[in-house]
Amino acid sequence: MFGIEDPVIYIGYLLAIASSLLCVVYGLLNWNKDGEKPEEVSKDLEWEEKEEEINAQLN
Amino acid sequence: MNHFVLGFIVVVYMLATAFLGYLGFKHTKSTKDYLLGGREIHPMIMALSYGSTFISTAAIVGFGGISAVYGMGLIWLTFLNIFVGIFIAFVFFGKRTRRMGHNLDAHTFPEFLGLRFKSKSIQMTSGILIFLSMPVYAAVVLIGGARFLQDIFEMEFATALVFFTIVVAAYVITGGLKGVMYTDAFQGGIMFFCLLFLLVLTYIKLGGFTSAHQELTNMTAMVPESLKTQGHVGWTSFPKFNSPWWWVLTTNLILGVGIGVLAQPQLVVRFMTVKSNRELNRAILAGGIFIFVATGFVYTSGALSNVYFHRENGQLAIAAAGGNIDLIIPKFINSAMPPWLIYTFMVALLSAAMSTLSSQFHTMGSAAGRDLYEKLVPSTKRSSMFISRAGIFISILISLLIAYKLPEGIIARGTAIFFGICAATFLPAYFAGLYWKRATTKGVIWSMISGIASSVFVLVFMHQKEAAPMGICKALFGKDFLFDKFPWMIVDPIMIALPLSIIVLVVVSLMTPKLPEEHINFCHKGIQ
Repeated sequence: MFGIEDPVIYIGYLLAIASSLLCVVYGLLNWNKDGEKPEEVSKDLEWEEKEEEINAQLN
Repeated sequence: MNHFVLGFIVVVYMLATAFLGYLGFKHTKSTKDYLLGGREIHPMIMALSYGSTFISTAAIVGFGGISAVYGMGLIWLTFLNIFVGIFIAFVFFGKRTRRMGHNLDAHTFPEFLGLRFKSKSIQMTSGILIFLSMPVYAAVVLIGGARFLQDIFEMEFATALVFFTIVVAAYVITGGLKGVMYTDAFQGGIMFFCLLFLLVLTYIKLGGFTSAHQELTNMTAMVPESLKTQGHVGWTSFPKFNSPWWWVLTTNLILGVGIGVLAQPQLVVRFMTVKSNRELNRAILAGGIFIFVATGFVYTSGALSNVYFHRENGQLAIAAAGGNIDLIIPKFINSAMPPWLIYTFMVALLSAAMSTLSSQFHTMGSAAGRDLYEKLVPSTKRSSMFISRAGIFISILISLLIAYKLPEGIIARGTAIFFGICAATFLPAYFAGLYWKRATTKGVIWSMISGIASSVFVLVFMHQKEAAPMGICKALFGKDFLFDKFPWMIVDPIMIALPLSIIVLVVVSLMTPKLPEEHINFCHKGIQ
């Protein structure tokens, strides 16, 4: 196939191409899924306040 | 090649890199910015940074040269790099790592493991392992970049080494992970377009897709006798089953590097730099394309370089490069490609070295500062950012000293050893932290100890390539390696150390008390 006679090699190429396409399709299908959750935002603010407090104590 | 033109291009490239490093510095206000890019990195920047950190000069020059000598079998490494290194890594490891890292407020990979298993000693042990083993890997990459500058600017190797170190150190120390990831994305873009054109122009040069492959297949009779005995049966064929080269290709290169990528501390931390799992979904798309081009295209071009050199002067690629595997790809590009691609490719090689090196410096520094110093001196009056910067500075000095001492021709082998050790030491603990709630602190500690100990044992006493030159086995037992029954002397350490590390983790965890239920639930909060 395409000048390559060993099936192990062209199966390797087909798997590499298929894996790359899998990444593209997965990315497109899930483009807008799993956005940031409200509890993560509040947790972020909590950590930031904690860090500001520590920095204020240090300086 | 006009050295003045190339020198000018490299200077412009360095200035662009410096500007992006400065942007990272301007945007860095807190420890979270410095260690995790503020957890708000754009998915495309994250994907390119992950890819360009993953693909170093070793992947392009080292493995490209190997494909020129041994053929297209390395395409299986490309398959694993994409399927395991991107798809499995992002979907099954990345999403949980990001969420759990957020729950625990972890800033580094050792801190993630330490907080997940409620153990300061796990964090410190991981930090020590990274701090001790990664400088060797960094030194290997450093040598690759310095050799390039040595050739371009005709400077002494020692001067090139110091100059290259200072350039990378400047933006890593000041810009933190934001500086590293901005420059990574720029460097990854250069690598992508350069390697894309490399294969396209190779096919055009050789008269098309099928005819180039057919001509390479027809060259099978030219395989040197020395390679035939190793299992080489042609450049478009996989090596003969159970031959020495079959074992090296499958265990060392394909499995060692293909699976080892899952537990690379500098890559794992990338998952914690984005705002939500949506960003990871988007990064998968770019990552899958980037790795396919960055590895698959160069491995194919490497194999096809034999057709070019055979047409031009009746030689094989390895003969045209004077017997040095690492010179095949640069030689092929210098001989077969148009001047604009020669210049771009040189900058792409520099990009590959710098993007990997900057992440190594950042990971080593944060291990020294955040995971070791802050744990040993909890009452320190210094800020976390200052300590990490100091840690990076010390790590860079150590890497520089090692780079002076390392022998030549160690790039691909040094990379494979580091990937294998990381897999055996960290992968079982990392996987259990994400998926096995019954894993215990003692199970993880003993798994890590057995992983590193068995890796070192195999390297010192069993694996021919390292055991023989080290001479420790010879001094103790009177022979170069312990087992001379084929294939034990060529099986990669990962084949022994990783299964052992997994078994130890499971057995010790089942024999020791579980972690508190409320802690497990806290770690897994928000994870389906």
